[in-house]
Amino acid sequence: MTITEAPRIVSSRFDVADGHTIDVYESTHGYEGLRAALAKRPDEVVEEVKTASLLGRGGAGFPAGVKWGFCPPGVWPRYLVVNGDESEPGTYKDRLLMERDPHQLIEGVLIACYAIGCEQAFLYVRGEMALAQERIAAALNEAYAKGYVGRNIMGSDFSVDVVLHWGAGAYIVGEETALIESLEGNRGMPRLKPPFFPAAKGLYLQPTVVNNVETLSNLPWILREGGAAFAELGAEASRGTRLFAVSGHVRQPGVYEVEFGVTTFRDLIYSPLYAGGIRDGNEIKAYIPGGSSAPWFFEEHLDLPLEKGVVDRAGSMLGSGAVVVFDETTDVVKAALRVVRFYARESCGKCTPCREGTSWLEKILERISDGLGRPSDLELLVDVCDNISPGIAWPPKQTTICPLGPSAVSPIASAVTRFRDEFAARIGEPVTVSTPITGGAYTAAPDAPAEVGA
Amino acid sequence: MSRLTPENVTLAEEIIGRYPRPKSALIPLLHLAQEQDGYVADDAMEHLAELVGVTPAEVLGTCSFYEMFKREPVGTYVVNVCTNISCQLLGGEELLHHAEERLGIRAGSTTADGRFTLEDVECIAACTEAPCLQVNYRYFHRITTDEFDALVDELAAGGRPDEIPPHGTLARVRQHIPDDRAAGPAVPGECGEPVWITARPAPAPEPRS
Repeated sequence: MTITEAPRIVSSRFDVADGHTIDVYESTHGYEGLRAALAKRPDEVVEEVKTASLLGRGGAGFPAGVKWGFCPPGVWPRYLVVNGDESEPGTYKDRLLMERDPHQLIEGVLIACYAIGCEQAFLYVRGEMALAQERIAAALNEAYAKGYVGRNIMGSDFSVDVVLHWGAGAYIVGEETALIESLEGNRGMPRLKPPFFPAAKGLYLQPTVVNNVETLSNLPWILREGGAAFAELGAEASRGTRLFAVSGHVRQPGVYEVEFGVTTFRDLIYSPLYAGGIRDGNEIKAYIPGGSSAPWFFEEHLDLPLEKGVVDRAGSMLGSGAVVVFDETTDVVKAALRVVRFYARESCGKCTPCREGTSWLEKILERISDGLGRPSDLELLVDVCDNISPGIAWPPKQTTICPLGPSAVSPIASAVTRFRDEFAARIGEPVTVSTPITGGAYTAAPDAPAEVGA
Repeated sequence: MSRLTPENVTLAEEIIGRYPRPKSALIPLLHLAQEQDGYVADDAMEHLAELVGVTPAEVLGTCSFYEMFKREPVGTYVVNVCTNISCQLLGGEELLHHAEERLGIRAGSTTADGRFTLEDVECIAACTEAPCLQVNYRYFHRITTDEFDALVDELAAGGRPDEIPPHGTLARVRQHIPDDRAAGPAVPGECGEPVWITARPAPAPEPRS
């Protein structure tokens, strides 16, 4: 066990009564990070964030300070767009940050705008999150009244409006170019990259930084305590702390802030401080380490630390900090079907391999699940996967504009490789797969015959 | 129903004024129309097209992409049961099935009295609180079938108006940017380097030796 006494950086007000109000926020170091930022030059603030080695907390895990630096010099205006469209299955943390500590997020937005030189910010909240919208609207109204947002912030020459905006139900809008399309009032379909890298050609084709809610919520602490103090926590590429939602068949499902890079999956799933082990004394069968798009992990991965590089090399990802635990009673065919159905429903339809592929994957899995599968169905499933994501590798290759299509491949490749016998039992005959699956975490059980998945 | 009321036109103009380009206000305005009527009426879409300067077809194009926008009347209460992976593991599908039985309708339809619409929805970010559902986008966590029945009875008897507003109303607090505090929208073609950057230039990099 490697549980540490790291401070709660982003969740410190989660359990504080009225932590979402400006009075409580100001009495608990609120807006001190912004004050510290305004005492520095913008480039010094960028350096502080680079020193912190803050990785983006949305899914891709790219260093935030480096991402800010991709805006081409001399092109104005620049925009900041906050991605609060949390919808990856299993993911539950940004909603809490928006509902319980909206001022922390707003302060983070202001620090980022000051550092990057953004003259307007848009806070894009998921449409279904009415309370988050309400809390942010109230917090922005309070912050404007107190001079923290708007013209001449805290009496300085720094001026920026933060506009609350919300979506209307579409998972794909969490993809940053689709988010920008949506913010322009269009159907939320991703743009081709290149040329539409947001940092160069984003909102209204201007330089645009898109940052996740949790990423920005770390900035007040980093500016208050220093980037070096943040970087002292964690290990390797993964510094500071991070929120993980542990759901599924655990005794204490919950959202836990743990030291990044050192805490292990075993700590998170089994420690009484966190999820407390598997329900009813059952055995663990599999778990999703980072949201439904991630290849599944198994018992042999439990001692891996929650460290980006380690998990990447093991063939999956920490993604959006969503750990979903399956116990021994789980029907993996049904579980894979449910995740695949999600991608089929949420495909925007722009690219053929995703639009057609995900719905065929759903149909085939559905008939297998219903006991109507054909002996050739497993081969067909994997072949369709191979057409969406050639080689079924990790990290995935894609024949599509965005990663949504390849995300549907992960649960199938995981289930088919590891639990081949459960598919065979449903189909009623032995099943074989000749299409190669080359990804890292798509492995058979350590004691199984080596041919599976080869 | 209906074009926006004069009060809502005033609100719409305030919202449009926050964006560098009017079409960006389209999704917020579609929500406003849905808040007014409970759904997005054809006349409302035509009105929004006039307000933001696009064609009605473009408004429909945007509206039809997003599943929260209903182009036909729905129940007073839209009940969204999550069946995605974390909820499925803890009985979300069984809860949906129970809801179908209890309300006497299949997911995707509305009761004959117009009170309830039931939907089978994707992950709503309450995964550690499974199984979960929303009524008019207000959360109910770790809900049992008995609790579901009690909730339905309560809603049928008049509801919880303080907690659950009519369908279409999301945040009950609106953002308002006071004129004397507004920095104003950053319009492409009208912005130079921000003054706080110009006033504090980064020092020239040290020459490499």
